[in-house]
Amino acid sequence: MKITVNGTEHDLGEIDPTTPLLWVLRDELGLTGTRFGCGKGLCGACTVHLGGAPTRSCLLPVQAVTAEITTIEGLSKNGDHPVQESWRELCVPQCGYCQSGQMMTAAALLADGSKPDDEKIDAAMAGNICRCGTYPRIRQAIHRAAGGAK
Amino acid sequence: MTSVEPRGFDRRQFLSGIGTGSALLVGSQLSAGTILPGSVLEQTAPTNEPLQPSIWLAIAEDGSVRIWTHRSEMGTGIRTSLPMVVADELGADWDKVTIEQALGDRRYGSQNTDGSRSIRRFYEPMRRAGAAARAMLEQAAAKEWNVDAKQCAAREHAVHGPDGKRLGFGELVAAARELSPPKTEDLTFRKPAERRYVGKDEVRFYDLDDILMGKAKFGADVRPEGMVFAAIWRVPVLGGTIDSFDATAAKAVPGVTEVVELDLFEGPPAFQALGGIAVIGRNTHAATRGRDALEVKWSGGDNAGFSSPAFDAEMQATAQEPGRVVREVGDVDGAMKAAGAKHEAMYTVPFLAHAQMEPLAAVASVTDGKCTVWAPTQNPQAAQGAIAAALGINPKNVEVHVTLLGGGFGRKSKPDFAVEAALLAQKLGKPVRVQWTREDDTRFDYYHSAAAVHVEAGLGDDGMPTAWLQRSVFPPISLTFSPRADMPSAGELGLGFTDLPYPITNIRCEAGRARAKTRIGWMRSVHHVQHAFSECSFVDELAAKAGADPLEYLVKLIGEPRHVDLTGVEYPNQGEPLERYPVDTGRLLRVLKHVAEKANWGRKLPQGKGLGIAAHRSFLGYVATVVEVEVSKAGTVRIPRVDIGIDAGTIVNPDRVRAQLEGAATFGIGIALLGEITFADGAVQQGNYHDFLVPRMPEAPREVHTYLLPNDAPPSGVGETGTPPMAPALCNAIFAATGKRVRRLPIKQHDLSWG
Ligand code: FES
Ligand code: FES
Repeated sequence: MKITVNGTEHDLGEIDPTTPLLWVLRDELGLTGTRFGCGKGLCGACTVHLGGAPTRSCLLPVQAVTAEITTIEGLSKNGDHPVQESWRELCVPQCGYCQSGQMMTAAALLADGSKPDDEKIDAAMAGNICRCGTYPRIRQAIHRAAGGAK
Repeated sequence: MTSVEPRGFDRRQFLSGIGTGSALLVGSQLSAGTILPGSVLEQTAPTNEPLQPSIWLAIAEDGSVRIWTHRSEMGTGIRTSLPMVVADELGADWDKVTIEQALGDRRYGSQNTDGSRSIRRFYEPMRRAGAAARAMLEQAAAKEWNVDAKQCAAREHAVHGPDGKRLGFGELVAAARELSPPKTEDLTFRKPAERRYVGKDEVRFYDLDDILMGKAKFGADVRPEGMVFAAIWRVPVLGGTIDSFDATAAKAVPGVTEVVELDLFEGPPAFQALGGIAVIGRNTHAATRGRDALEVKWSGGDNAGFSSPAFDAEMQATAQEPGRVVREVGDVDGAMKAAGAKHEAMYTVPFLAHAQMEPLAAVASVTDGKCTVWAPTQNPQAAQGAIAAALGINPKNVEVHVTLLGGGFGRKSKPDFAVEAALLAQKLGKPVRVQWTREDDTRFDYYHSAAAVHVEAGLGDDGMPTAWLQRSVFPPISLTFSPRADMPSAGELGLGFTDLPYPITNIRCEAGRARAKTRIGWMRSVHHVQHAFSECSFVDELAAKAGADPLEYLVKLIGEPRHVDLTGVEYPNQGEPLERYPVDTGRLLRVLKHVAEKANWGRKLPQGKGLGIAAHRSFLGYVATVVEVEVSKAGTVRIPRVDIGIDAGTIVNPDRVRAQLEGAATFGIGIALLGEITFADGAVQQGNYHDFLVPRMPEAPREVHTYLLPNDAPPSGVGETGTPPMAPALCNAIFAATGKRVRRLPIKQHDLSWG
């Protein structure tokens, strides 16, 4: 079985096809930036892009990966995606554990160049838990990355 | 697969060589003389050795500075803040500083990153570490230039002398190495105006870029060569036993290699591994699936009858009866009888789980009787001790590497998970990672004590209390270490209970017995959770009864600024003397008034919206919180705005203090609105984020406004201090919005619909 992650094709060999993508990324490919939080699609820590769409990798069997995957490691080369820039500017993370997932969800939200209002941000981000409570800064950082003043 | 190790993990070699060559002993350490073994001091200096004035820092001849941080990073920024203090005192440029995470080692003093004490306990030692190294560099330069050391000053990574003379730190290392260390009493410290980093927002926290790029290394990101993966089945009831099990299905799972039994713990659970059945696999998925396929017959044993509703009823009944008196002022009984009016209320808080985002995970390797562990632990020395005891080896043969922690909140100060990894590594003879699932994490926590607090007041004609009786009942933390314990300690009662700050003529505080059948632990702000909730809610109730504005009533109740007299009360005060850290109502009032003003307290809001206020001292700091709530007609709670201010004395890292307050607002909302762990037949009923709820973005406050009140008093705690007033402020706001009083948490179980 083969999948493409961050532009690189990987041959997974004889892998159990039901293995969730999360564990393929972490255990087989060493891409540990994608985090395990709940394993049930409840927390968003494992969010990656599947063909550009934010996807919970803990629920996605690797055999169902039909499009290219982008993980936090592939969001930008030098950590300069607008989301990363605004996250840096506002020092959003605390422990940081949820933040890969938060940024991947936020990046997908902003991918069409729109400027989401608070309600849209709530709706898009509600699947991503931050137990440290960085939500107010996440919200500001999304507005900032969208180019809106807030 | 290559081995993936956190940055700086080669430090073992470095640390073990810390005493070699030029190392000099200076006075930053907690107890001088414990830092370096005497013999190594006599060794002669090879060239290119760094200047290592203490275990805290090393300056290389290229001018680079390495600073060791011995506290665990779980999101407070402490890994950055303590080195900032060293760098500032030293006069180092931050961009030439590398931070190294220290191994678990008693020479650092306590590494238990818990109790909001990292800055409080180590601000001064870090200043001394920086000042001592600076003095040596200045002295070296003075010698070089043949001038008095007083004419030399270190700043911006160089020592500056008369006539524009200047030598970089690196250039001075060789000469400084030959010098004797200054005595602690001879050290001088920078004036606040000379600081570049402390108290300023100059420095972004050290791990920020790694986090943003997915490179930060947490517990589950460590992978030594040849590592296998483990998931453990544990008995759902504490102290229960395994009758039999069938591993056939587990072994049939692709990738499962072995099934290993772990002895069940005996005696008090303390930090022991719980024991159970471990399924070993070639990857996390195989191990976890295998674990889930085990068929286990088990018995709950003595604790199988434990149930939340019964325990809750029992605690409330106890709280109605006289308990052990832990503080008494005046004559409460007499004043209650004489009072024209009385008011009483019972407040309850459920068991709570930490629910930090990173489920527990630890990696261990055992070779030749030595154990190496990598764990997201808040307390590497406790891990060292618990692992040594479990493996039957000397603690000095246990090396604990601290990774970043994906949240901790107190859970990761209990190293049971690291002990599991060590035991399995010993049994298997190869490195192993134990990975807890979210369900494991929720069901095998060390829970925040459920509690019942009864409060009663006799009231004067002006509606102010003439007598205050409060009784707190909760299973103590000591239960985890001694299963017969059923009475909270003075330290636990000192968490916002015995230190009731109001100058009421008659006060009595009592404690009652309670014994839960689970592991009790400390969670962010610990028993302040129930005590701030009961106290600050009750004051709001009294204000309502008196027809007074809650803020005005509270200000009047706090009275004249003073230091609360706790004569005769066993009050550990977080281990600090009351002379240095008094219970200062002046500071409480100041932060209260400041936040109230900023929050525009008293503004008129339509029905369904309301403001609530609370102020509370905890971990030696003072916090006031105003919550604005919006309750829909259907009863849904939204929080448009929180204003929260802190007087934490000296503040090292303002941005991270603000972040802690923002986080505390959301954590407090979790406690107030959503959190609840319940037991049925001895087992926890929740498992994942669908039934142990924590705030998501829509439940979190949309805006959090933070205020840091300047004060040069000694530093207080910060990480936990913001949490306690949140729940009462929110419940008080709900009362203002709807007229409904919530005395029983979580709020989610109440019908708040109106209109
Ligand atoms: S780990 Fe995938 S949603 Fe939580
Ligand atoms: S930053 Fe810690 S969980 Fe979000």
